[in-house]
Amino acid sequence: MATIDAGVATGRPVIYRHSLLVRLSHWINVFCMTVLLFSGLQIFNAHPSLYWGQYGADNDPSFISMEAVQDGDRAEGLTHVGSLTFNTTGFLGLSEVDGEATERGFPDWLTIPSYQDLASGRRWHFFFAWLFVINGFIYLAYGLFSRHFRRDLLPARGELMPAHIGHEIVNHARLRFPKGPEARHYNTLQKLTYVAVIFLLLPLMILTGLTMSPGFNAVAPWLLDVFGGRQSARTIHFLTAFSLTAFVVVHVAMVILSGVFNNLRSMITGYYAIDQGDTKGDKQ
Amino acid sequence: MSRILTRRRFLIGATMAASALGLSGCDALVESDRTKSVLKIAEGFSMKTQRFLLGDNALAREFTEADLSPVFRANGTSMPDNPQYLDWMNRQFSTWKLEIGGLVDKPMQLSLAELKVLPARTQITRHDCVEGWSAIGKWTGVPLGALLKTVGLKPEARYIVFHCADEYEKSLDGSGWYYESIDLVDAFHPQTILAHTMNGRDLEVAHGAPLRLRVERQLGYKQAKYLTRIEAVADLGRLYGGNGGFWEDRGYEWYAGI
Repeated sequence: MATIDAGVATGRPVIYRHSLLVRLSHWINVFCMTVLLFSGLQIFNAHPSLYWGQYGADNDPSFISMEAVQDGDRAEGLTHVGSLTFNTTGFLGLSEVDGEATERGFPDWLTIPSYQDLASGRRWHFFFAWLFVINGFIYLAYGLFSRHFRRDLLPARGELMPAHIGHEIVNHARLRFPKGPEARHYNTLQKLTYVAVIFLLLPLMILTGLTMSPGFNAVAPWLLDVFGGRQSARTIHFLTAFSLTAFVVVHVAMVILSGVFNNLRSMITGYYAIDQGDTKGDKQ
Repeated sequence: MSRILTRRRFLIGATMAASALGLSGCDALVESDRTKSVLKIAEGFSMKTQRFLLGDNALAREFTEADLSPVFRANGTSMPDNPQYLDWMNRQFSTWKLEIGGLVDKPMQLSLAELKVLPARTQITRHDCVEGWSAIGKWTGVPLGALLKTVGLKPEARYIVFHCADEYEKSLDGSGWYYESIDLVDAFHPQTILAHTMNGRDLEVAHGAPLRLRVERQLGYKQAKYLTRIEAVADLGRLYGGNGGFWEDRGYEWYAGI
């Protein structure tokens, strides 16, 4: 397993893996998505209930909601998902703010700012949403014109065969990562995941976000039909953010498990060392 | 294996420490005036982009009777405690009058009865609170643009300000009175109306009786309730906190299209 490596010193071949634009847009994205998530949770906390359809407020049935309820002399935080109720005291619905149990959707260590302040949360969210969108467009234009998408992200012929994908899933589960020539390009699971994030989840975030805007609804009313209404769009926005968070967790875990130094270096300097390894039985 | 775990633990620990530092540092950053002025750039971007894409007359989605919210949540003030208002309310608003003034050629006053006989527009639209919830209601009222044409705007008029009968935040200096403002693009938009009727009945007190503004392409806090006076002005700087609205003076965007 490639864990810590000395990079070039070991005499392993080094390839130039990530172009400057890819590296820059990656780190700008990390920064934007972090602020967008935490300021988004601040905005969510202003009304911690999600609905389906065109409208939804206190008297309408919610799909996911968080609340604090008084149970005798102590308060509890409850999270409702459909007809299920979970006690999430201390984390969701009720958490400590300066040592005092406070009714809150998400706890203060997950929101920007930490205290409840919808106006600031929105300012942060929209500023970084713009930065995120501009960064995304530059990346998309670059990916198309530089053939980055076709060369690096489009699965090659044969890569989508069930047998091949099955084989990769088994190798991933056993934490066996490609070596030698195989390590020169993304594996199929990586390609599919990145394609799903870049072309599905991130655009979905932007489009559901815009669908919540009353101004943008007048520009593109069809978005309301695509997502089934403003409140549905708000719910999908939240669930997609949750999916992106799950992606980041797995992505970071994979970065760590498959050689954190080599991976980080390649996303900072562009250079990635190919582990020749002992190839017997590791692949194929 | 142990080497990985140590490294992993170190990284997780380092990330948590960094984010804890980052987050406590964040509140200081959030409160800095320079940060606030930088973040404000986004509001101008959103407004210019939306206006560019919208043109002046793109309509907000209109719904059908079947889409009406069973219960339309009332927000903000639901009963002004201003004695003048209570007096109007006790007389079924028969003594209430809407003043239209400021930078206009012919200032005028209109009673509720006079407003109700003017040509009206009815629209079923969605009300979006800045907090995230939405409700659909049916509004009937006088198009603001028609009234403004009647009084005649002076050329230097740039904004229409709405003064309200509710003091949302009690204060000695009177800075807590609810007010709102829109520019002329929204003022003359066909769906911008002064609503006196909601869901086919006289506007209820909780929803802003006897008259409230509907600006359908913006968020709920722009839909000022309990209107008493409409004023055409050249700039917003001299009114209350100078940001063009009660919530705007408290950090919210003046352009509430998103």
